[in-house]
Amino acid sequence: MSLSREKLEEIFYNFILTVATGIPEDVYNAIRKAYETEENPVAKTQLKAILEDMEVACKETRPICQDTGTPYLWIEIGEEFPIKPLDVEEAFIAALRRATKEGYLRPNAVDPLYAKNSGDNTGRFIPWIHFEPKRGNELKVNLMFKGGGSEAPSTLIMSTPLKGFENLYKGVIDAIVRAGPLPCPPVIVGVAIGAGADIVMSLAKKALLRPIGERHPDPKAAKIEEELLEAINKLGIGPHGFGGKYTALDVKFEYAHRHPATFAIGIITSCWATRRGSIKISPDGSFQVLTRHLRREGDKCVIK
Amino acid sequence: MAEARVFHLKTPISDEEIEKLRVGDILYITGIMVTARDEAHKKILETLEKGEKLPIDLHGLVLYHCGPVVRKRPDGTWEVVAAGPTTSMRMESVEAEFIEKTGVKVVVGKGGMGPRTAEAMKKHKAVYAVFTGGAGALAASRIKRVIDVYWLEELGIPEAVWVFEVEEFGPLVVTIDAQGNNFYEEQMAKVRERAEKVKEELLSKLEH
Repeated sequence: MSLSREKLEEIFYNFILTVATGIPEDVYNAIRKAYETEENPVAKTQLKAILEDMEVACKETRPICQDTGTPYLWIEIGEEFPIKPLDVEEAFIAALRRATKEGYLRPNAVDPLYAKNSGDNTGRFIPWIHFEPKRGNELKVNLMFKGGGSEAPSTLIMSTPLKGFENLYKGVIDAIVRAGPLPCPPVIVGVAIGAGADIVMSLAKKALLRPIGERHPDPKAAKIEEELLEAINKLGIGPHGFGGKYTALDVKFEYAHRHPATFAIGIITSCWATRRGSIKISPDGSFQVLTRHLRREGDKCVIK
Repeated sequence: MAEARVFHLKTPISDEEIEKLRVGDILYITGIMVTARDEAHKKILETLEKGEKLPIDLHGLVLYHCGPVVRKRPDGTWEVVAAGPTTSMRMESVEAEFIEKTGVKVVVGKGGMGPRTAEAMKKHKAVYAVFTGGAGALAASRIKRVIDVYWLEELGIPEAVWVFEVEEFGPLVVTIDAQGNNFYEEQMAKVRERAEKVKEELLSKLEH
């Protein structure tokens, strides 16, 4: 059987619910480990509440956070995939509207000029979609519901190349300190270097898709991730600003070749409630959710 | 912070109960919590300015900085799906006046508030407490029912004033007390100091 647009919409709808209500495995494990090893008692109460929240969201199919974010999509579409890009986009939008109408997502798309909420999470350029053409016949969709509060530390630094890494290290620490408890720490930090402002902001956000604990394949890039993570966790901001060892769960670094005259640095964070997932869909309508989430099984919650 | 003291409060909350609280204490609230974000603060203050009565008397109640996810059940009642706190600092410019004019005793949100709010809390006997940001499902599970909603048509779901009946809503951590202490201000001053050393260490790694 081949895949219809209706079937694709149904797959997207269920995928949206999985991502909005089921915390990804890596985030769950990182918070659990933080809870088990944190010694500051108030920080520990926050981590405990976070774990309870994840369980409630999973058991009762509720959004993990009431800010169900802005939908970001990175879509890799095979040249031979039977449904055209615009139809893929329309199917996703229809699924998003349905999930919003049924109360799984808060309507978060506000027209800035006319101060009007569209009511269905769609609007001008929203959902924000990157399409990437690929060889082959499959569709891969990476979805992130990006919270508004954790956009607070977002920083762009147009550095001179000679001062590049110095400004990068200082800039990351300054951004995290300036935002303090606002982005709902412990956060995941995305950092990128490149030629221009738009490139680095895009790469920094996309870097947040990579799972916690996975190091960049380039050893120099991996070292930057490790050094920044260690430094951030010495600041003692901690869960919601109550101190302790865990201000960040991880740092994700990415880079593009830069221009000889530029050294742009992008910094973006994601809150503890990082909601992201990936799905692969085949032309025959079969699909596989590539990420594992905390999901309900009978009356229990398991990672699957 | 040392091991925290825990308080269970029921609305309406009295000045005497507020005066016992200190930053770092943990609260659980039973009774009535009323949501208001940016637009609702404006709306409530404008109503009072005009000399009109509010649809609900807020004296002794709990103000919650929250824009919930709600849905209507088939019988017409509201179900709260997720209801964690929003960033309180956005309301800093109007909160002092809000506390003075409405008589709320506890303000619940996330991220802390500034010196004007702390001053008003000292003067009018109120505290600010933080609910775990992002924990929207957990918060919703402590809300027993929606008693009422005001200005829904005009302000929309996240901005409307929702009146929640809650049971053991928490844990809330007091970060501004009625004695003038502001936990986040002190905490972030220490963080900023530490940050200088952290940056020095980081940069020394670059040099070799």
